[in-house]
Amino acid sequence: MKEQYNGVYVFAQQVDGQISGVSFELVSKAKELASVRGSSVTAMLFGKNVSSLANQLAAYGADKVIVVDDPALEVYTTEPYAHAITEIIHKFMPEIVLFGATAIGRDLAPRVSARIETGLTADCTGLEIDESTGDLRMTRPAFGGNIMATILCSEHRPQMATVRPGVMKRQSPTEQKAEIITFNPKFERNEKYVEIVDVIMHEASKCNICDAKILVSGGRGVGSPDNFKLLEDFAEAIGGTVSSSRACVDAGWVSKDLQVGQTGKTVRPNVYFAIGISGAIQHLAGMEESDIIIAINKDESAPIFDVADYGVVGDLNKILPLLTERVKKARAEKK
Amino acid sequence: MNIAVCIKQVPDTTEVKLDPKTGTLIREGIPSIMNPDDKAALEAALTIKDKLGAEVHVITMGPMQADAVLREALAMGADKAYLLTDRAFGGADTLATSTTLAAALSKIDFDLILAGRQAIDGDTAQVGPQIAEHLGIPNVSCAEDIEVNGKEITIKRWYEDRFHTVKVKMPCLITVLGEMNTPRYMTPGGIFDAYDTEVTDWKREDVTVDDTKIGLKGSPICVAASLPKSLKAAG
Amino acid sequence: MDFKLSQKHMMAQTLFREFTEREVGPIACEIDETESFPTQTVEKLKKYGFLGIPVPKEYGGQGCDTLTYVMCVEQLGKLCGTTSVIVSAHTSLACDPILKFGSPEQKQKYLVPLANGTHLGAFALTEAGAGTDSAGQQTKATRDGDDYILNGTKIFITNGKEADTYIVFAMTDKTQGTRGISAFIVEKGTPGFTFGTKEKKMGIRGSSTYELIFRDCRIPKENLLGQEGKGFGIAMQTLDGGRIGIAAQALGIAEGAFEKTVAYVQERKQFGKPISYFQNTQFLLADLATRIEAAKLLVYKAAMAKDTQKRFSTEAAMAKLYASETALEVTNKCIQLHGGYGYMRDYEVERMMRDAKITEIYEGTSEVQRMVISGSILK
Repeated sequence: MKEQYNGVYVFAQQVDGQISGVSFELVSKAKELASVRGSSVTAMLFGKNVSSLANQLAAYGADKVIVVDDPALEVYTTEPYAHAITEIIHKFMPEIVLFGATAIGRDLAPRVSARIETGLTADCTGLEIDESTGDLRMTRPAFGGNIMATILCSEHRPQMATVRPGVMKRQSPTEQKAEIITFNPKFERNEKYVEIVDVIMHEASKCNICDAKILVSGGRGVGSPDNFKLLEDFAEAIGGTVSSSRACVDAGWVSKDLQVGQTGKTVRPNVYFAIGISGAIQHLAGMEESDIIIAINKDESAPIFDVADYGVVGDLNKILPLLTERVKKARAEKK
Repeated sequence: MNIAVCIKQVPDTTEVKLDPKTGTLIREGIPSIMNPDDKAALEAALTIKDKLGAEVHVITMGPMQADAVLREALAMGADKAYLLTDRAFGGADTLATSTTLAAALSKIDFDLILAGRQAIDGDTAQVGPQIAEHLGIPNVSCAEDIEVNGKEITIKRWYEDRFHTVKVKMPCLITVLGEMNTPRYMTPGGIFDAYDTEVTDWKREDVTVDDTKIGLKGSPICVAASLPKSLKAAG
Repeated sequence: MDFKLSQKHMMAQTLFREFTEREVGPIACEIDETESFPTQTVEKLKKYGFLGIPVPKEYGGQGCDTLTYVMCVEQLGKLCGTTSVIVSAHTSLACDPILKFGSPEQKQKYLVPLANGTHLGAFALTEAGAGTDSAGQQTKATRDGDDYILNGTKIFITNGKEADTYIVFAMTDKTQGTRGISAFIVEKGTPGFTFGTKEKKMGIRGSSTYELIFRDCRIPKENLLGQEGKGFGIAMQTLDGGRIGIAAQALGIAEGAFEKTVAYVQERKQFGKPISYFQNTQFLLADLATRIEAAKLLVYKAAMAKDTQKRFSTEAAMAKLYASETALEVTNKCIQLHGGYGYMRDYEVERMMRDAKITEIYEGTSEVQRMVISGSILK
């Protein structure tokens, strides 16, 4: 029974005609998994007029790309996407199906898993094949990030997981081309369809913290939304982007898409400034892979100093303006 | 209008500390709380009740102690409470959990189901959409704003860098972000009333669902290993 | 005998603690520093039913017991003495006498809006010449047709200018001594009723403490609370209840200072280690914790006695005497453990000690409590 299932499938998330970064990460990871299993990588690309994007997926390791092109898929809604994936799974019987743990992936994957009645592991940070059984070992943080759990789905196929963006590494792109399979799952409007009335971009989307090389991140210790100005000034001087811990998002100081951590985004910039961030494990989960971590905190016993490469104990209100000045001066001298 | 709200009792993971010597979790003395996103879902339901009038039903699956979160919900203003508790339901993954909850929810004549986006102990965000699938109704996840107009609901739904405004017909299921609102406090009188209200206990025999689909047996995934994070990092 | 709180009392305690931490604690320093009444907090207290906890539902209250009310005052007191006494004076000194002595009409007209928080209450007994000797009332109430005419001045009135409904004591018959005292319900805005000095206090500085002035102030006879000449008994019985509230406030202040100090001694390092490593600290904390626990048992016992016994003067007096002296002792020692920092306003134990002092004075000084207690022994 299990043996009838074959291949690693990746849901290639596409928004506004652009494939999301996590999809390339997943295709790269899928390539690794498929080579252990001796199988191939198939990406599932949905949308309206999207087939031209297929070779981008091939560049990162997709052997085949199943394209479902339909007006119903132009903007993401749960039902037609879930239907398309379910039909693909029924027809092609993949062994593994991966989704990015994005807002879309985490809406879509559970709906699909319930429809085909298989297991689903959420928000994985590690994937590997158990060589003795051929099962997929899925590792994920649990209990608020305090525990790493390894999860198996031994008896059911496909094995499904959503994978945290920013965790898997992209391979270097190649010139490889993919075999393109056009698939029609036959959409029929039903009572599960919802109507999109409007799409509103929010301002902070201008800059994605996942792509930033330097992050200037503020926590509860910043004290007030006004004090974020100090961080913005510093970020501007040093050419970085402002991000934050959950405390500031919950307090309504900054918008949610700036949040780093367990319930926010995972980032790995070259330099991460943790300013007034105590370093709760939920926050560390999202940033400890950064190349260099520099912490400023007035509490010398704050756990952030355990992961920081450089630490300054002191009042950020005094230190940050001085630092901004010094950076500006150094930059001016360089010119 | 009947609104069912799914809530979960969780350990307050923000209070979890690691033993500095052994690196293991100190589980003792961690308070159990109503999952924050679920509390926001309950607040959303109570807000609709205040505005339009509705009966709010809260349901949870868990051990007998989970009774406490139902009492808390009643003390905040919910009308009826159901506790799904039976050894047969134990050891369930999200698929078996959602199957059991869906079977129980189908006993309630709901127009709308609200649930938190995710629980802070498991962080899966899966049970909401899975319940909707089992019940054959639409789901909209990560709601930041909900507006009921007759049989239709307009939802502002979060998608990382954007919001979608979505219209959906009832019955449907919506998962709610913790950021959506600030849940109200209980009232002292509400607490006293909550302990005088009867919580309906539902056991295995009270829900119609196949034995192979609940509990450990109905769970496709299982935890093979679990390590404290610090040990993993060290190893 | 059972020393364990019931589940509903534990839930109520959690509620009061969370409310205090989120809504009350963050502005405690500010209202002390600026001596401003926390109007917004009182709005929230109203919204969540904290202003009528022990009042039956039929009168707009929450229908809980005295213990629940006392736990509310205690938790508020942990972070803010001011907010704690606002609730205590309102509930024990304004709602309670109307509930106990008011006519059905008075209950509908005055108790319902007090208990549901629409109105705030105050209690006016003290005068310049009538403190501990409260029988020495100079304020007069003279009958004139269907009215009484009030003349006189009350001082040190908690919730003074902020209240809407006042319980005012006055002499209706000077020749009768304590039997000539009557109680009245007076509405804010009644012609002839004005406010005098705002007091500048050592502690509970956000609480609005005012002088009340009555000059030919006409009160309809329907506002006589209880019978004419029974006012002294009403005042004393009301204060029995009030003392439990103040005892709870004192208990809360002690607990609040203690919790801050336990955290501080584990952070503060001297001679290379946290000061909690020193035996002096350890023993002192042990003594303070024991005193607080003893105070708590007395306060909770008095609260339960109020609901189950006809008279509870001795229980209330013991609770107030011990809890208030505990509050001063604990806050004093907590400042000591903080050293120089404890003397600074940045560390809240300084405010807590100032707040604690009043609990030994108002609603009957410690000396009055000792008189009540010894009186019950040597009768």
